[in-house]
Amino acid sequence: MKRTLAMAAMALTGSTALAHAEGVVNLYNWGNYTSPELLERFTEETGITVTVTDFDSNDTALARIRQGGHGFDIVVPSDTYIQTWISEGLFQPLDPEIVTDRGNIDPVFVDVPFDPGREYTVPWAWGTTGVIVDTSVYGGDINTIGVIIDPPAELQGRINVIPEMSDVMAMAIYYHGGDRCTTDRDVLRAVRDTLMDAKPHWLALDYGAVDSYVAGDFAAGIYWNGASMRVRLQNDSFAYGYPETGYPLWMDNAAVLADAPNRDNAMQFINFILRPENAALISNFARYSNGIAGSDAYMDEVMRDAPEINVPAELAAAGRWGVACPQEVNDIHTQIWTELMQ
Amino acid sequence: MAEKSYSVRRIPGFGAVAVFTFAMLYLPIVILVLFSFNAGPSQSVWEGFSLHWYEAAFQNRQVRDVSIRSLWLAATAASIATVLATLAALGTTRGGRFPGQTIIYALINQPLMVPEIVTGIALLIFVAAIKVQTGYTGMGYLVMAHTAFCIPFAYLPIRARLETLDAALESAAADLYASPVQAFVHITLPLLVPGIVAGFMLGFVISLDTVVITEFVKSAGQDTLPTYMLGQLRRTVTPEMNAIATLFLALSLLIVTAFFLVTRTRGR
Amino acid sequence: MRGPLIRGNGWKWLLCAPALTVLLLAASGPLLIVLVYSFLSPGNMGGVVWEFSTEGWFRVFFRRDIFEPDLVTLNHAHLTVFWRSIWLSFQTTLICALLGFPTAWFIATRPPNTRTVWLFLITIPFWTNLLIRTFAIQEVIRNNGTINTVLLRLGVIDSPIQMMFTDFAVLLGMAYVFLPLMVLPLYAAMDKMDFRLVEAGYDLYASRLMVLWHVILPQVKPGFIAGSILVFIPAIGAYVTPRVLGGGRTMMLGNLIALQFGQGRNWPLGAALAMLMLIVVVGALIVYLRALGRMEGERRG
Repeated sequence: MKRTLAMAAMALTGSTALAHAEGVVNLYNWGNYTSPELLERFTEETGITVTVTDFDSNDTALARIRQGGHGFDIVVPSDTYIQTWISEGLFQPLDPEIVTDRGNIDPVFVDVPFDPGREYTVPWAWGTTGVIVDTSVYGGDINTIGVIIDPPAELQGRINVIPEMSDVMAMAIYYHGGDRCTTDRDVLRAVRDTLMDAKPHWLALDYGAVDSYVAGDFAAGIYWNGASMRVRLQNDSFAYGYPETGYPLWMDNAAVLADAPNRDNAMQFINFILRPENAALISNFARYSNGIAGSDAYMDEVMRDAPEINVPAELAAAGRWGVACPQEVNDIHTQIWTELMQ
Repeated sequence: MAEKSYSVRRIPGFGAVAVFTFAMLYLPIVILVLFSFNAGPSQSVWEGFSLHWYEAAFQNRQVRDVSIRSLWLAATAASIATVLATLAALGTTRGGRFPGQTIIYALINQPLMVPEIVTGIALLIFVAAIKVQTGYTGMGYLVMAHTAFCIPFAYLPIRARLETLDAALESAAADLYASPVQAFVHITLPLLVPGIVAGFMLGFVISLDTVVITEFVKSAGQDTLPTYMLGQLRRTVTPEMNAIATLFLALSLLIVTAFFLVTRTRGR
Repeated sequence: MRGPLIRGNGWKWLLCAPALTVLLLAASGPLLIVLVYSFLSPGNMGGVVWEFSTEGWFRVFFRRDIFEPDLVTLNHAHLTVFWRSIWLSFQTTLICALLGFPTAWFIATRPPNTRTVWLFLITIPFWTNLLIRTFAIQEVIRNNGTINTVLLRLGVIDSPIQMMFTDFAVLLGMAYVFLPLMVLPLYAAMDKMDFRLVEAGYDLYASRLMVLWHVILPQVKPGFIAGSILVFIPAIGAYVTPRVLGGGRTMMLGNLIALQFGQGRNWPLGAALAMLMLIVVVGALIVYLRALGRMEGERRG
């Protein structure tokens, strides 16, 4: 009670003081990922205007920030890249004076391998990479990557795979029982052979495929959970499967850049998205979960019970965080990928 | 006589191919425009007429900002590039060959020969260093990069036009004691207009399409329409984009009409 | 004698100077960085380490077997991608020329006051940006897209023709994207053509084909050269069209290079591939211009 009161008082005094605080914060985020409503509310509350600039891949964002002179305050990269960002000193630690609501982070996502204890980053959105299958075309088990890399006759020639080398390689490696960055030649050889055999059955390797699934161009594919939900909402014969041999978990995380020109405003924004009702805005817009405890209550109904968003308990253990593999392993992956796509 | 000169211009089959080409060019555009008025989010299933996506596009501040920025950038870069390309075309087509001409050709065409991703990376490293040194992070870098990329596109049609122009006209003007500038303004420039218009328009649409370079050169708050769309490529591209594209088309039609009216009145 | 216009060459450089300055600063200069990078070692998660290495260049042509590093073979994957890019770009240029020449002719032979309108009509579709245009083409050729729907309704076909995600789709998309780059320079050359020569040709009872070959083509040659260069070279580095319309199933050079700078995280290899592409393009250009020159010589001789 006392704490709530104190917080309310702080919020009141804080908000009146801050409403006059002029300023901007520059957010560098994935395209079509930032809820306009979230930004409006933040501006209403703090008087700070948010400018959003988009990036299209982790590699672009990293290359861009590394070179300096960018003018961004906050960036939202994915889990596998976070360690690189931190070790190169590109982030600054979150300021406990301003970022007071770190306790809102779902405990499951506090001690994550890429930022133990959440010193630098807070969750923006997270999800899984799994398989999507048109159940009116194929009635078998869909909790396996086999439907993609050893497809049944019904699905052959109607498969779309997201062109994400790391996700596809990971799922194929898990399928053959390897670790994400395994150097076991036998596993890698099996992975290559499996993928080479599967490729002729793939129709496309395409990202923006929601429409194509709905229209029936594709009957199965490797896809993200939120996008799969969008497909199902328009065509309910599609279902999302979690490969039991292992599937990638991913999380995009917001962090303040070391050379952020509007550091304090950025910290305020970070704290703002830690509040459940604000985090829910991100989810409602992007259609992915957010990792903030208690935000479910503010989420759209379609998301709350969606099988794509709520990982079934028996398959939860198969989800694995990504790891950035050492250069020599990544090189092998690139070679296999190039051979696959030649 | 008039009839005859018209008939020599006719080559059988060419008209049909031209009609086919125009039909091919406009079929996707018609569909794009049609579905910008679709009530539903689909790009293939018609669900009734609605202005919903226009409303959404107008209300989305980011969409508004990036559209205006793209047009501004394309107009600025294409204008500068056209002027620079015209000067360079004059320098390289008048007065015969000269030492170093090949080097100039190579330099002018060089942006064409390298894929955008490479120029993008190269520019990122180079521009970022300048940004760190000077602290200036304005639109100047984008204008510069787009201008460089537009120059070869503007240069080639202008040069092609200059080469087919009769240099004797300029010599005649010179013989009549016109200064080089007078000769240029009164003789060459009017004849050069189609080439210049073609060059400018090419530069303009090339700038509108330039995506990878912009992605690497842009600073905070400098998204253009293509980079905004590139960011969406991994997620669903919303029909808002169709609405914006339709508005761009409408704008281009407006400019065409204005241009047509102006040239017609001047013709009288 | 012939006026101050043609005395010395200094003024030529002066006229070119502004354009060259911009190009050196924003295009050629930075390219040196790429050249330097091709001789460095890949950094962690992209970027480079400042250690001299020829590994990038080596890997362009050869590959060490993933499983037996001592086994060195020609890098077929890279060579296939190179060849496919050149071949598809050549076909694209050809299609653009076959469609663009009659179209430019059609425009150039309209009454003078409507020519500009036709010219604008060619460029209007390109006011929408590349991505949106590519998506629009996708709507036309997809399985339940416009063409297939019409053909199905007319009973011409029983099941949809698979056009998306094929080389045909890539070719169609590239021809669409690059067509104005062929039409505009061709038009610029034709517009200034001397039709009296065409007339004279007919007066001498030359056939249409002979007039086309001996009278018209030589006059529009500069426009044709400009157009082919403008189409062929960007086509080799095309990135978006193969990715969207080709479904990303097969790579072209632009995609291969982007892969090295992106997920592949091997910038030196990407830089070396880019430099090699530059060399191939320049080589192709020289061969092309020489061949044209020879043709010219034979025709006159």
